Amino acid sequence: MATIGHNNLNAKLVLLGDMGAGKSSLVLRFVKGQFLEFQESTIGAAFFSQTLAVNDATVKFEIWDTAGQERYHSLAPMYYRGAAAAIIVYDITSADSFTRAKKWVQELQKQGNPNMVMALAGNKADLEEKRKVTAEEARAYAEENGLFFMETSAKTAANVNDVFHEIAKRLPRAQPNQNPAGMVLVDRPAEGGARAASCCS
Amino acid sequence: MDEEYDVVVLGTGLKECILSGLLSVDGLKVLHMDRNDYYGGESTSLNLIQLWKKFRGSDKPPAHLGSSRDYNVDMIPKFIMANGALVRVLIHTDVTKYLYFKAVDGSFVYNKGKVHKVPATDMEALKSPLMGIFEKRRARKFFIYVQDYNENDPKTHEGMDLTRVTTRELIAKYGLDDNTVDFIGHALALHRDDRYLNEPALETVKKMKLYAESLARFQGGSPYIYPLYGLGELPQAFARLSAVYGGTYMLNKPECKVEFDEEGKVCGVTSEGETAKCKKVVCDPSYLPNKVRKVGKVARAICIMSHPIPNTNDSHSVQVILPQKQLGRRSDMYLFCCSYSHNVAPKGKFIAFVSTEAETDQPEIELKPGLDLLGPVDEIFFDVYDRYEPVNEPSLDNCFISTSYDATTHFESTVIDVLNMYSMITGKVLDLNVDLSAASAAEE
Ligand SMILES: Cc1cc2nc3c(=O)[nH]c(=O)nc-3n(C[C@H](O)[C@H](O)[C@H](O)COP(=O)(O)OP(=O)(O)OC[C@H]3O[C@@H](n4cnc5c(N)ncnc54)[C@H](O)[C@@H]3O)c2cc1C
Ligand SMILES: Nc1nc2c(ncn2[C@@H]2O[C@H](COP(=O)(O)OP(=O)(O)OP(=O)(O)O)[C@@H](O)[C@H]2O)c(=O)[nH]1
Ligand SMILES: [Mg+2]
Repeated sequence: MATIGHNNLNAKLVLLGDMGAGKSSLVLRFVKGQFLEFQESTIGAAFFSQTLAVNDATVKFEIWDTAGQERYHSLAPMYYRGAAAAIIVYDITSADSFTRAKKWVQELQKQGNPNMVMALAGNKADLEEKRKVTAEEARAYAEENGLFFMETSAKTAANVNDVFHEIAKRLPRAQPNQNPAGMVLVDRPAEGGARAASCCS
Repeated sequence: MDEEYDVVVLGTGLKECILSGLLSVDGLKVLHMDRNDYYGGESTSLNLIQLWKKFRGSDKPPAHLGSSRDYNVDMIPKFIMANGALVRVLIHTDVTKYLYFKAVDGSFVYNKGKVHKVPATDMEALKSPLMGIFEKRRARKFFIYVQDYNENDPKTHEGMDLTRVTTRELIAKYGLDDNTVDFIGHALALHRDDRYLNEPALETVKKMKLYAESLARFQGGSPYIYPLYGLGELPQAFARLSAVYGGTYMLNKPECKVEFDEEGKVCGVTSEGETAKCKKVVCDPSYLPNKVRKVGKVARAICIMSHPIPNTNDSHSVQVILPQKQLGRRSDMYLFCCSYSHNVAPKGKFIAFVSTEAETDQPEIELKPGLDLLGPVDEIFFDVYDRYEPVNEPSLDNCFISTSYDATTHFESTVIDVLNMYSMITGKVLDLNVDLSAASAAEE
């Protein structure tokens, strides 16, 4: 859920998509400005945060990458619980990855928060010569299903920041918080305050 | 899955998921499977449709109860001691970042037919209607002794060696009456029967201190915290930890047959015709039924209500302990209630559990004293379950089986079982030396 404090929003954002579609590469490009030609299949760090300024507010994204649990259809519901936004990624050079992306959209429509902002990202747009999925087809699908659509390239950085910015703009601002949100347990900072920082507002 | 793993973990209950996470973090190659298509095994939380399927054999819950997905009904209801072992594990593994918690509103005890707030400090003891005026003064002295007691400082021991003096002797020194002893032993020290009276007092004093320190931690009305969306979030969060460190997850795997070599040592796990080779298996009792024995059973009622438990100050989350003696039983009975304030039910709805170690085969009758405290309920489900413990020798067969969740209202014994299993599996002791006195909560 996007929670507000003054003009700051905290928003959990999840990534979904076929293996190798470029989920981790998009996050790495957005958070660190980097691209690795041989990005390893995701294990290890799968949790990032990044703050964006949009016109009227700052949005702190808490970004969850899948950690591979989706590979054998074993993604835990807590993954999309409370998510304010989702980016569903496919690889424009793979028709299968587009089919898989549609499955994720269905899954989110069934399980996710109804106000969730959803983006469809056709990644690897730099590989035009190997394209298997047309932008028209994807855009039409996105429009029918209430997603916004962009083609991205984690490699060239094309449209990567734009996807996150567009999400930040679309997040509902004054979402009435039916329930005061809970607390996160943290280690209180030892001297100097380096450790805790798990929060917010 | 035709690969070789260091450890195959079977079942995604809380204990198995904590172990899976710890072992993956240690760099072991872990395959984690479950026969169900959901996380949590026995310790899952069910939505309304799942609840109806399990107890009513239909997938059509009545519409007036609201949306199925707004429900997260725990199958093993427990609260988390704010200063306890599970919080240490959560902080040690940094799994806290996947979870949100809220303090539990109230902690109550049943005494002479009435429900009272559990007094946990000398100040509260003075206010409590549980005791008469003279008894209050005696109890206050005892509370101050416990608060000041420091194992490493003999000056605070008042000449008693609590590793030898029994609880009964310690309490006799303060002249407390049986009623007071009953709530101290069962509602503060959280003992389940009266054996503690004849055991060294140190354990009870430590348990009272844990209660008081947990109570002080979040300024709630109880020493407990509880995760938003229910306890089913806990195994999922530890599973994510395991996956982030390379653990492979497969749900919905039928059969999961453990394979042994000629020496009787585990050598793999077969599901759907494929065998994953492994050196060790970690599982809950249901995956190796020939290596466990039944040690007891639990009777429980799960209720959906539209009001808080009466006489609990309108608490939207609460525990009420009914000590055995108050009911003429051999084991305590517990009420546990959570609600929409912890996101386990839609607005206005409450989920209450009444449970006890079963002494008969008639849960409806046995649970009546607890049910009588609830007032009218919208729906009620009765259930009786067996509890198991392992009887194998892990050093001979390399099978590490968890004990069924025990009858305590919190997770201390759960974590002790996990830590013992971790040591048996790895030969190492998990250092949980997080600075707990410094653990705090940040408001979201
Ligand atoms: C307020 C509160 C009261 C509790 N009261 C009791 C109690 O009176 N007696 C007791 O033995 N434990 C009680 N517990 C602890 C806990 O719920 C279970 O006892 C324990 O976690 C699981 O018991 P088990 O060893 O039978 O587990 P398992 O052997 O794994 O139990 C098998 C099944 O029994 C069910 N189950 C077992 N015990 C309970 C229970 N008490 N309540 C609901 N479902 C259960 C679970 O669904 C589980 O799937 C209570 C917890 C809380 C928070
Ligand atoms: N040419 C090109 N390659 C890309 C792009 N994005 C990712 N890749 C490459 O595609 C491969 C897979 O990318 P990842 O980011 O690991 O994909 P993922 O979706 O995280 O994959 P899993 O973690 O296995 O589910 C890597 O070799 C990346 O370098 C892109 O925009 N263009
Ligand atoms: Mg990845």
